[in-house]
Amino acid sequence: MTQTQWILACNTTDIPENGGACVKINDEQIAVFNFTRRGEWYATQNLCPHKKQMALSRGMIGSVGDTCEPKVACPFHKKTFSLLTGECLSGDECAIKTYSVKVIDGKVWIGV
Amino acid sequence: MIKPVVIVVGNGMVGYKFCEKLRAKSADFEIIVFGEEPRRAYDRVHLSEYFAGKTAEDLSMSTATWYAENNITLHLGDPITEIIRSTKTINSQKGIVLKYDYLIMATGSAAFVPNLPGVEKDGVFVYRTIEDLDLMKAWAAKSTSGAIMGGGLLGLEAAKALIDLGIKETHVIEFAPRLMPRQIDSAGSAILQQKLATFGLTVHLNKNTSYIAGDHKIEALKFNDDTELPLDMLVISAGIRPRDELAKLCGLEVGLRGGIVVNQSLQTSDPSIYAIGECALYDQMIYGLIAPGYEMAEVVAANLCNAQKQFNGFDMSTKLKLIGVDVASFGDAFITEPDCRTIIFEDTHKGVYKRINISNDGKQLLGGILIGDAEAYSMLLQTVNNKIVLPPNPEDLILGSRGGAAAEGAGVMNLPDEALVCSCEAVTKGDICSAVIEQDITTIDGMKKCTKAGTGCGGCIPMVKDIITGTLKENGKYIKNVICEHFDYSRQELLDLIRINKIKTYDQVLDTFGKGDGCENCKPPIASMLAGLWNEVILKQDTIQDSNDRYLANIQKGGTYSVVPRIPGGEITADKLIVIGQVAKEYNLYTKITGGQRIDLFGAHVMDLPAIWEKLIDAGFESGHAYGKSLRTVKSCVGSTWCRFGLHDSVSFAIEIENRYKGLRSPHKLKGGVSGCVRECAEAQAKDFGIIATEKGWNLYICGNGGSKPQHAQLLATDIDEATCIQYLDRFLMFYIKTADTLTRTATWLNKMDGGMAYLKNVIVNDSLGICQSLEEEIAGLIKGYVCEWKEVVDNQNLKKKFNHFVNAPNEKDPSIKFEPLREQKQAAAW
Ligand code: SRM
Ligand SMILES: Cc1cc2nc3c(=O)[nH]c(=O)nc-3n(C[C@H](O)[C@H](O)[C@H](O)COP(=O)(O)OP(=O)(O)OC[C@H]3O[C@@H](n4cnc5c(N)ncnc54)[C@H](O)[C@@H]3O)c2cc1C
Ligand code: SF4
Ligand code: FES
Repeated sequence: MTQTQWILACNTTDIPENGGACVKINDEQIAVFNFTRRGEWYATQNLCPHKKQMALSRGMIGSVGDTCEPKVACPFHKKTFSLLTGECLSGDECAIKTYSVKVIDGKVWIGV
Repeated sequence: MIKPVVIVVGNGMVGYKFCEKLRAKSADFEIIVFGEEPRRAYDRVHLSEYFAGKTAEDLSMSTATWYAENNITLHLGDPITEIIRSTKTINSQKGIVLKYDYLIMATGSAAFVPNLPGVEKDGVFVYRTIEDLDLMKAWAAKSTSGAIMGGGLLGLEAAKALIDLGIKETHVIEFAPRLMPRQIDSAGSAILQQKLATFGLTVHLNKNTSYIAGDHKIEALKFNDDTELPLDMLVISAGIRPRDELAKLCGLEVGLRGGIVVNQSLQTSDPSIYAIGECALYDQMIYGLIAPGYEMAEVVAANLCNAQKQFNGFDMSTKLKLIGVDVASFGDAFITEPDCRTIIFEDTHKGVYKRINISNDGKQLLGGILIGDAEAYSMLLQTVNNKIVLPPNPEDLILGSRGGAAAEGAGVMNLPDEALVCSCEAVTKGDICSAVIEQDITTIDGMKKCTKAGTGCGGCIPMVKDIITGTLKENGKYIKNVICEHFDYSRQELLDLIRINKIKTYDQVLDTFGKGDGCENCKPPIASMLAGLWNEVILKQDTIQDSNDRYLANIQKGGTYSVVPRIPGGEITADKLIVIGQVAKEYNLYTKITGGQRIDLFGAHVMDLPAIWEKLIDAGFESGHAYGKSLRTVKSCVGSTWCRFGLHDSVSFAIEIENRYKGLRSPHKLKGGVSGCVRECAEAQAKDFGIIATEKGWNLYICGNGGSKPQHAQLLATDIDEATCIQYLDRFLMFYIKTADTLTRTATWLNKMDGGMAYLKNVIVNDSLGICQSLEEEIAGLIKGYVCEWKEVVDNQNLKKKFNHFVNAPNEKDPSIKFEPLREQKQAAAW
């Protein structure tokens, strides 16, 4: 098994409250979400699998269902994806990659 | 216990569905699948979406781990080459030898390729597998003309695919005297042909191809009437041929024209071998559609589990998808008088053709054809299949009720419980109703997960929606237009609550009146309400704004943005035009005059937006709010300042009005127009509000709409002066902002309003609700609070920082953005 490698991505203040922004890590685009309302952080691939748009970081976050599954909606056609599992919640089969996030002393670290 | 071994030959749609169904019924079989194709079963019905950007994985019927999770062994890229019935064994190409207890033939069919000289040439394709599509795509890149041989259901779909692949000149060659000869009649075909011509498709009927000319690659089609058609590529779609070669080899009975003969239990001439899907020949018939295939899978799965189920033939009604024109045929489409009576509606102007065949006693619908408008398809199909007694005026079924009593007896709730609504997944109306009642499923997504209805071809979704709503209503559930799962309020209720409680932020609204964490459905409307009430700079709460509002620009294909400066009334000076030109040049933007009398600059990187706007603002421009649900343009005609017919100065009035309402946030966008006389060059009657000069003053029209359902604006007041016109507009707009549902244009708002225009006129002109003074005061507050949102950004370093693609590399542009040259400018790369 490969070890998670933690990479410093940005400062917490770089990511808007209850929203996301994109960071570049080793030529990969990763969307980082600051779910202030729940005190949680998430990270996923920035590419929306629907039309292959680098857009998920600009998407709106929220929750769905009784379990309050956290999700992000792509700004292009509003396909939604679980921030926990990356599963597409709009009935399609395409899932997105998710990454673990750690916040220490105002810095955001991403596990790749 | 030793489990019986079931071997499935073929991992296509039906073979997959069989595995799914058998597993759902029992764990007591060992299931082993052999597939000839290199990948897991995929959705062939939606194959064409591969050209629209879906990947093979998107089209896959299951996840990669599904087979393992369900204890099914899958051998891909390994066709079965021999069946030895005496020992009940199979041999595979890669040398696997296995014994079976039951063998399920699900080998599907192959495209039928006629025996024409030249079919082997390069550039000749069939349309069946992902590999076929890959080959076509590569070839199409260097082709400009192409043809489809065969004008059937599949052929037309393939033709659309060629157009989408960028083939400029696409032809359809049909041997028969009409298109879709198995589904529609000649009159319908003529209308269809006329519609297809508008997409750039040329149809040739009665054409008999004699050979394919060309050296190694196709160069032309030669017909037996001595004509020819030069071509770069050809797709053959001349029907299907069941794949019965393996069955033949082991001595199973096959039909004269192909197909593995099966009985009602779908057993072949060898009782331990079954055949399902497009390879099976039942009652002399091959069923080339997915729904009967799934039904066959169900019958065999049930029989293996000792249930008694039989296949009794299947309805072959179909609806053509994708091509951009509705085509459907159902029931007995071709029966003619005297065996029935026929009602035909034909509108060559709009390209609509509808035909229904009814029984001679007028009681039953037997079948029909719909072209150009197939909205009634599901309901008509249900009427045939469930033998529902027709209303006294059956023509209403295709014409809609014209005046008098509302259409009778056609509602979904009149269907019997056993009516098959989703034929792909065999879901009945009763299944849907009980999911609503017993499991509280009220959304389409939920219904898809719970019953699988709508997950096949998707054609039943509108009907499923109607049944959900109908069931809720029947059970006395009040269906409130709540804005989403997080709020139990309609837009208007929530707006009142926010206003009365003076709430200013989204989080407060959610904490006080909602639950959960919000979502993309409630954030933008609440953002719009907050803006409509308090008119604060929207970027203060940027993450609740719809994406376009968040970046104060419209996102485009590829991820760039557009820039639309306000040009009130469409009037612009030479100096300002020069600045727009300079900015466009500096940032390499595509420029276009919009339909709203202004200029749109497309293709800006998000990080360039603040700098672009800084330059525009310096030159005196303001945001045009093209991204917002807010006032767009007030179009003007040149009016009395230049026009020989102009009665008043329509340009000045348009500018005044545009400046008055700019920045106003509303339930949907707002557009206006001012014309200088009745010739109406500003198209004011197509707008949310339109003003037309008269000898004595102005006529004010409201609630018009362009868009997909155009509607003319209606007259509110005649011969009024400018001050009165503005007063009425103030009241009208504020009343709309306060009472319309989210994303409801003024026209739709009026259409839904009890009492209609008479009521609205009473509110605005006669102040029947006694609210006009407060409406005027509220809108005055909003007008006073106006600031240019882009100016706010340009003047504020913190706000500017939000416009970066990478927060950790602020000066880098998104490297994935690509453009393609277009005339002397550029365009977004195709998706
Ligand atoms: C640029 C323009 C087309 C053009 O090149 O001419 C345009 C472009 C768009 N229109 Fe439009 N519409 C444009 C004039 C129109 C007009 C004509 C007009 O305004 O006189 C109409 C019909 C009139 C009407 O609205 O009643 C029009 C009816 C629509 C509709 C349908 C609205 C409806 O009520 O059905 C939409 C969809 C929507 O708003 O939900 C839409 C949406 C769009 C969007 C915003 C789609 C989107 O969300 O990305 C397009 C954004 C382009 C961009 O990225 O900048 N556009 N659109 C025109 C901009 C006008 C302007 O200066 O602001
Ligand atoms: C472009 C297109 C659009 C369509 N649109 C519609 C539509 O709108 N509505 C509709 O109802 N139907 C539509 N259809 C038809 C529908 O796709 C078929 O009815 C359905 O796929 C049949 O499923 P099947 O499993 O019988 O055959 P298939 O999906 O063809 O699967 C058979 C599989 O068996 C494999 N096989 C063959 N021989 C062997 C062997 N010896 N060993 C192992 N594997 C073998 C084949 O390679 C194939 O993968 C469309 C078809 C196409 C091509
Ligand atoms: S008509 Fe459609 S494609 Fe054209 S600009 Fe409007 S929304 Fe876009
Ligand atoms: S590109 Fe993301 S939903 Fe379409």
